[in-house]
Amino acid sequence: MNEKPKSRGDLLFSLMEKFTPIIAIIGALIISSAIILLIGEDPIQVYKMMFGLAIGNRDGWGNVLFRATPLIFTGLAVAFAFQCGLFNIGAEGQVYVGSFLAAFIGFSFTNFPAIILIPLTIIASAMGGALWATLPGILKAKKGIHEVIITIMMNWIAASFTFYLVLIYKAPPTEAMKAANMPQMIPQTSEIALSARLPRIATLLTKLNISFPSHNPLNVSFFIALIAAFAIYYLLWKTTLGYEIRAVGFNRTAAEYAGINVSKNIILAMMISGALAGLVGTNEVMGYKFRWRQEIFINLGFNGIAVALLGKNHPLGVVLAAILFGTLSYGGALVNIYTAGKIPRELIMVIQAVIVILVVVSDEIIKRILLRRKSIQ
Amino acid sequence: MIFRNKTNIILLIVSLFFLFVSLNCFAQEETNVGLVFDIGGKGDKSFNDSASRGLSWAAQDFGIKRIELEPGADADREVNIRNLSNIGYKLIFGIGFLFEDSIGDVCDEFPDTKYAIVDGLVPGKENVVSLSFAEHEGSFLVGMIAGLKAKADGKDTVGYVGGMNVPLIQKFEAGYIAGVKYAYPECKILSAYAGDTPTAFADPVKGKELALSQYDNGAYVIYHASGLTGTGVYEAGKERKRYVIGVDSNQNYLGHIEETGENFGLTSMLKQVDVSVYLTIKAFLEGTFEPGIRVFDLATTVVINDVEYNGVGYAMDKYNEGLITDDMIQKVEEAKQKIINGEIVVPSEV
Repeated sequence: MNEKPKSRGDLLFSLMEKFTPIIAIIGALIISSAIILLIGEDPIQVYKMMFGLAIGNRDGWGNVLFRATPLIFTGLAVAFAFQCGLFNIGAEGQVYVGSFLAAFIGFSFTNFPAIILIPLTIIASAMGGALWATLPGILKAKKGIHEVIITIMMNWIAASFTFYLVLIYKAPPTEAMKAANMPQMIPQTSEIALSARLPRIATLLTKLNISFPSHNPLNVSFFIALIAAFAIYYLLWKTTLGYEIRAVGFNRTAAEYAGINVSKNIILAMMISGALAGLVGTNEVMGYKFRWRQEIFINLGFNGIAVALLGKNHPLGVVLAAILFGTLSYGGALVNIYTAGKIPRELIMVIQAVIVILVVVSDEIIKRILLRRKSIQ
Repeated sequence: MIFRNKTNIILLIVSLFFLFVSLNCFAQEETNVGLVFDIGGKGDKSFNDSASRGLSWAAQDFGIKRIELEPGADADREVNIRNLSNIGYKLIFGIGFLFEDSIGDVCDEFPDTKYAIVDGLVPGKENVVSLSFAEHEGSFLVGMIAGLKAKADGKDTVGYVGGMNVPLIQKFEAGYIAGVKYAYPECKILSAYAGDTPTAFADPVKGKELALSQYDNGAYVIYHASGLTGTGVYEAGKERKRYVIGVDSNQNYLGHIEETGENFGLTSMLKQVDVSVYLTIKAFLEGTFEPGIRVFDLATTVVINDVEYNGVGYAMDKYNEGLITDDMIQKVEEAKQKIINGEIVVPSEV
């Protein structure tokens, strides 16, 4: 049946299946227009402003890519686990632990040279995330306990555990605070060593005589994210390990029958997924705030789920979806300011939510149409 | 389709043009004051609303143009502060200590713009004022009221519900405990925090749960320092018919039961963020803006529109006048004088 040339309708629908995210984005923008109209503003003008300010200039691009970077990591983490048939809701917790470990290495080994300390810190952030994902992996592989439940619970443990740690390693009060007899109010760690910091893109571009605002937070971590995306693509589709992981994800029983060690692959997939989530530390700790504060990381892991869904669990899709979410997030913040608060920041959350719902719904609808057409033939 | 029509596109360009022109016009004519909220945002009936109130007073009295923003992600703080500076806001408030790094980073780029941070400390900048409050002193006074109330009614336990477990909120607890012990040394004090993350300031369910457990363990009065979480404490108080002490704004009305006319809002610890915001705007408009640290404590006395305010204090109004006797007030006022004179030193750490 598969060798029969496909009809035009089949082609159309299978094409549409690939592009459901685009349909969803357009649909979400239309639905959100209604909300903007209800607020009493002109939707076209709001969108023009949003995208114009976000991607119409270099500073905007820098900010958008900066915001996309952690979402690429967490999106890849969720997508990778999906390829093995696992739903890793624990990216949030893995981000906390991984990034904290990065900060810990960064402020502990202050006399190491950059050439050692930077790789060490990057590895630490991946290790931390991997470590946090290992336990759910083992429980899933050996005892069959559902990873969703374990990872959700591990998120809470991670939030409280890292908060406990941050109070132990809290930054001492600065000279000015001592003079004013004030304690250190902010629950954050000390700054990491200068030799553990990733260079900002602005510094690099200025050396090349390209003008780029020096306050822009975009840093080298963005390239680490791109490398990670490519590495995941290569791993999944060009190596034996990737083949095994996808086989387990496709049909666990069949994979086992084919001689694939299912539990080994589940644990490995969770660890790699956790490592990807942990790498968020490279952007936020090594490239942006240079210290750990829980607040910086909130919701990055959960947004990663939406990014993975929109990116159809493919590394390239994840990168594009993360950039879209980065644009929405930065553009939304700016629109809020430039309309003097008339367009609330929450509108962006509405757009993101509608996109996710539409992706799921249109995916399902098109899948059913394709199935029905097949069964008719 | 809207784009099919050429006139629509032209209209759009024209309207966009006018929008930017109008933004520029405002920047030149009126004084623009921006305010960026802390976690919990506008409508927390507490800390953020107090700041917002100060801005409203100033808008009424001086006719400034104002904007209030709620940051979403952490990076939004810096984006908000920077872009407000960019489009011509001349005085910008960051509410909450989390603005330390964003204001610290942005203030050097805009030397002509003034910044104010509430609860935080941005030292050594010529265009930043740090507004800080002696919360422990105010908490001492409401602690005394809690202790005196429990003593008068023959009870032996009071409670405390904090928001996020951080030094700033522990400062409230330290002052409160000292106040209770000062008024009623044998009194037992139960203490709990709603959590370790910023959401602990916005979790009324958790607040109610903690308060109910403290009431059931004998607490007669509970003092909450937990922002929006405190609305849950009020619910618990009304359910168990025990007293609640509010925080930051005057929250006494939250303890009022409409049907029976009973009041369970014993008093509120006032942290006059509103006064600090108002005074900063006033000083800015009069050209007397002073950088550095400005502390608002019991000794601070300001008169705004014929009402006298202290930097911190306790709230008395129609809802709690029947709950607190003159004798109690007299004792509290005596202690207040002693704190101002330095005879009582209130601890700021537990």
